[in-house]
Amino acid sequence: MAKITFITIENEEITVEGDSGNVMELAVANNVAGIDGDCGGVCSCATCHVHVDPAHVAKTGEASEIEQDMLELDDNANEYSRLCCQIQVSEQLDGVILRVAGDE
Amino acid sequence: MKKSALPDPFEQARLEKGVGHMDDQNDPVTMVLGLKDVRKCAHKWQTFQSGAKPGRIVVPSEVAIRETRQIPFEVDPPEHKGFRDLLDPWFKRPLEPEYQDKLATIIHAVVEEALNADEVEVVEEFSLRLQSRALTLLLNIPYEEAQTWISWGTHVFRSEGESLDGDKAAILYDYIDAQIDKAAENPGDDLYSVLLNSEVNGKKLSKEEVKGVMILTFAGGRDTVINAVTNSVAYFAEHPESLQRIHDEPEIVNTAVEELIRYFAPLTHMGRVATEDTAVCEHAVKADTRISLCWASANRDEKTFPNPNEVVLDRKVNPHVSFGFGTHNCLGATHARQIMHTLVKTLAEKVKSIEIVDHQDNVEVLGEFNRKVGFHALNVKFTAK
Ligand code: FES
Repeated sequence: MAKITFITIENEEITVEGDSGNVMELAVANNVAGIDGDCGGVCSCATCHVHVDPAHVAKTGEASEIEQDMLELDDNANEYSRLCCQIQVSEQLDGVILRVAGDE
Repeated sequence: MKKSALPDPFEQARLEKGVGHMDDQNDPVTMVLGLKDVRKCAHKWQTFQSGAKPGRIVVPSEVAIRETRQIPFEVDPPEHKGFRDLLDPWFKRPLEPEYQDKLATIIHAVVEEALNADEVEVVEEFSLRLQSRALTLLLNIPYEEAQTWISWGTHVFRSEGESLDGDKAAILYDYIDAQIDKAAENPGDDLYSVLLNSEVNGKKLSKEEVKGVMILTFAGGRDTVINAVTNSVAYFAEHPESLQRIHDEPEIVNTAVEELIRYFAPLTHMGRVATEDTAVCEHAVKADTRISLCWASANRDEKTFPNPNEVVLDRKVNPHVSFGFGTHNCLGATHARQIMHTLVKTLAEKVKSIEIVDHQDNVEVLGEFNRKVGFHALNVKFTAK
């Protein structure tokens, strides 16, 4: 089991646990505000955008090239941006903190 | 070639030039073909505007047949945001379980009707019915109203082929005017009433603005959903093993739906008007001329999609642009996706086989390109499990 903490735009902290699937699915299942997951996780909608807490980047690893291409045009993207449907849930993520990026 | 195949006519031009050209009623269009270029242009709303003369960003242009501005799609930021903030929650209702149950009931009935008939003409007798009945949910109005829209036939906005038909469009516009007046007199909990009682950017929506939203809701989701549904039926007719696989592995429904939507690209492209002299992959674009964002071509971009011309039902990374990209991405995408999910699941559950008896392709002529976007007619026999 990995503990994953989301911080919403409203600064609400939601900690959830999971051991399979991707992080977007976990967020949607737990009603994390601002994570819509419109495309169901195929990297086509960018409604699952998070900023990884800088101290935890090693846990999530880097965005793939296709993911980077999507993020490149998101006005709200920075060097810590990830589409969380592209992050698999595993032990390695335990303790990670993800901030919902929102659409502005 | 299979009847359900939608070939990619843009490949060579995409690789060699990155753009294509077409003439549209003496207002030429530079078609942007590569995925990255399409995304970049969609993102640069300041340079490539949507809020041009109403009807001009649609290809073929509708400037000759309408003056009503479609909202929010022909409005640019910052005004655009107020409209999207109002409409997004309403158009996300398809995520609610109650909505999904009602939609499933509608789709089951359409599939049952098809299974009970000897032969079905899919465009009129399956897709149009399904789309119209599902639209009553999105508008939150009585189911019976769908009969009126079905009676219009599939071509209420334009005649066969590319020619525009003002008389036909008037049927829809008059209908919407009448519905708005009705809702103004007798407000309910339908979309017309909700819009009439809403404020955007600090002021109440005018009847003309409500009409602009409603026209878009009718027009944007009609041909596109009909194409997606009809093409899916044709695909499953010729790939029965796919339907069986989805039945056996229900966990791939989502990737399968996204892949069908990528491959079909039910809307070929959408235009923008350049606000300044600029360029798209080194081709000059002059101020006040049009470009189009060619979703159909971008979805086959070999730089991003391995085996772009094959339907790979479990394609995991699928950054297609069938619902557009950026600020103006498709407002009806949630509803459309829900329709496709329910339809694909229902077909996998109830249908043993589909046989194509007869078909007539719908091919768009776009300057140097001919693109098959779907069917004018598709006669099939459904067999139940
Ligand atoms: S859920 Fe669509 S890109 Fe992540």
